[in-house]
Amino acid sequence: MDEENTLLELNNVSTAFKIEGQYYNAVSHVDLKVKKDEILAIVGESGCGKSTLATTVVGLHDMKTTKISGEAFFEGQDLLKMSDSQLNDVRGAKIGMIFQDPLSALNPLKKIEDQISEVLDYHTKMSTEEKHNRALQLLEQVGIDEPKRTARQFPHELSGGMRQRVIIAIAIACKPDLIIADEPTTALDVTIQAQILDVLRDIQKENHAGIILITHDLGVVAETADEVAVMYAGEVVECGTTEQVFGDPRHPYTRSLLRSMPQGDMDVLNDDLYVIQGSVPSIEKMPQAGDKFAPRIPWIPASAHEKEPTMHEISAGHEVRCTCYKDFYFKSLEVKDV
Amino acid sequence: MSLIEIRDLTVHYPIRSGFWNRVTDVVRAVDGISFDIEAGETYGLVGESGSGKSTTGKSVVGLEQITSGLIKYNGVDITKKSTRKKHNYNQNVQMIFQDSLSSLNPRKRVLDIIAEPLRNFQKLSAEDEKIRVLQLLETVGLSPDSLYKYPHQFSGGQRQRIGIARAVATNPQLIVADEPVSALDLSVQAQVLNFMKKIQREFGISYLFISHDLGVVRHMCQNIAIMNKGRLVEVGTREDIYDDPLHIYTKRLLAAIPEVDVSKRDERMENRLKIEKVYQEKAKQYYDEDGLAYPLVQVSPTHFAALPQDKLAELTGQKRRDT
Repeated sequence: MDEENTLLELNNVSTAFKIEGQYYNAVSHVDLKVKKDEILAIVGESGCGKSTLATTVVGLHDMKTTKISGEAFFEGQDLLKMSDSQLNDVRGAKIGMIFQDPLSALNPLKKIEDQISEVLDYHTKMSTEEKHNRALQLLEQVGIDEPKRTARQFPHELSGGMRQRVIIAIAIACKPDLIIADEPTTALDVTIQAQILDVLRDIQKENHAGIILITHDLGVVAETADEVAVMYAGEVVECGTTEQVFGDPRHPYTRSLLRSMPQGDMDVLNDDLYVIQGSVPSIEKMPQAGDKFAPRIPWIPASAHEKEPTMHEISAGHEVRCTCYKDFYFKSLEVKDV
Repeated sequence: MSLIEIRDLTVHYPIRSGFWNRVTDVVRAVDGISFDIEAGETYGLVGESGSGKSTTGKSVVGLEQITSGLIKYNGVDITKKSTRKKHNYNQNVQMIFQDSLSSLNPRKRVLDIIAEPLRNFQKLSAEDEKIRVLQLLETVGLSPDSLYKYPHQFSGGQRQRIGIARAVATNPQLIVADEPVSALDLSVQAQVLNFMKKIQREFGISYLFISHDLGVVRHMCQNIAIMNKGRLVEVGTREDIYDDPLHIYTKRLLAAIPEVDVSKRDERMENRLKIEKVYQEKAKQYYDEDGLAYPLVQVSPTHFAALPQDKLAELTGQKRRDT
């Protein structure tokens, strides 16, 4: 792998939250690499730790109740060891963030232009006129038809898709090398979603940035990402290129998820969807050792699982956690709640 | 006769302004739509946010004051509250909501939540009521000890199933499901959809399935209506809509659904950008001067689309050439 192109390298990153005096891992032992000119998608269901991983990287946790270990190298520096003031210079300038809910991420009392200038004020020494021009240029870049008009408007005057475009404009204002997008299209309609994803892709090409796209939508991943990491219960269970993970899924969780998606050719009345047995345990009840997905595929014998699951490379760049994938098969199940 | 017949349903919200606070304009949330729901089928109502699909659903249940039009239930117009009561409509038509947490009373136990419709419509003894609730819990796959728990003690998928149990409690003939799975994770979504189908098979319930997710709709519904700006732009069977979309809006909507097949990614994107371009250029031709969809015209026994005259002529010409 080309080391020079690596933007962000996570080594053994774990994040633990303190709940009633005890620490529980929300993210455990994650190794990932984000390269320049590439979209890495982190995909998983709610509670799998995908957003926690992102907020850990940019240091948004309250350190009084959080324990973070591991390394996150970004341009030669370890983000996890930086002080707040050091982080403030990186966040917004070299790393841009896009959050799910565009309305709560924008200040309702400020005009769009002022919200964009705020970032420029903090990280650059532009004159008022330069800032004004840059703001209009950014709005145009994210596909807003009348940048001059939008710049003077307030967030509530814009539609959901427009707001998300403004958020993207703010995130890319300082031409960051890395953009972290946490469920950027979840609150939007499909047609708007497609437009926003196009904007993200275009921007990535123009700025040669790397993007971490966090989402639960497998379709979005398959259509946008270059690399995919599937997370379950705080761990990466499978990673590789999009072609590898979707074309040849190996981990039981990845295979089950893909199988539980509605397929077009099913009979409307009689065909049921595949259901993963059981449910994700809460963070306090999560098994601390062994394969965390094992309780949900109980028909696979314990001997098939590793005691200390590690990642196994099955082809160049395609890795799967635990050895149980070799023995995994689907069992048709009566739907029962346990 | 269909179970539900909706004819020219309109719901307008008044806009008041000026010194006298007079009604100066109206928002046409639902603007003259008609469709039928047959007994035992799942009817899909698809649209983007603001298209009026939820308002339609609410009017069918009777939660929304309709401006004009007819909603016929077994041939009887039930738009008036008194007729709804007379024909046990409120008992036979129930609703499942999108947000399971806010649609369940946080201060009530599951027993009381599910028994509420029973208490409203059937006079059961405390014991019979409990037996019925336990039965319902079993149908939706929840354990009997859930009876005395509160909504917050359940996961999202379990809560949605409590909502389903409550909706099924009175043995309704129609359930209006307003985005029942859009707040759920993929694996939980599969569970809930399976339960909905299972209940449909067991009790012969019809669903009005309101959703923006075309993948889920394709899995659930035989007949589908696409709604846009308060009007229907295309109505047809699942095959009509997915294999032969006619209206530009439907085409664009279908092209925008992301799919997991990575091998066709570039092809799909090209197709989507092509349709988007056509939409930008020609969308106006598909709508009248006010930007609203044309009335539906029949193109095949099951397929209706809101096409303007010239497009329709083009289409029939094309069909003639094909045959």
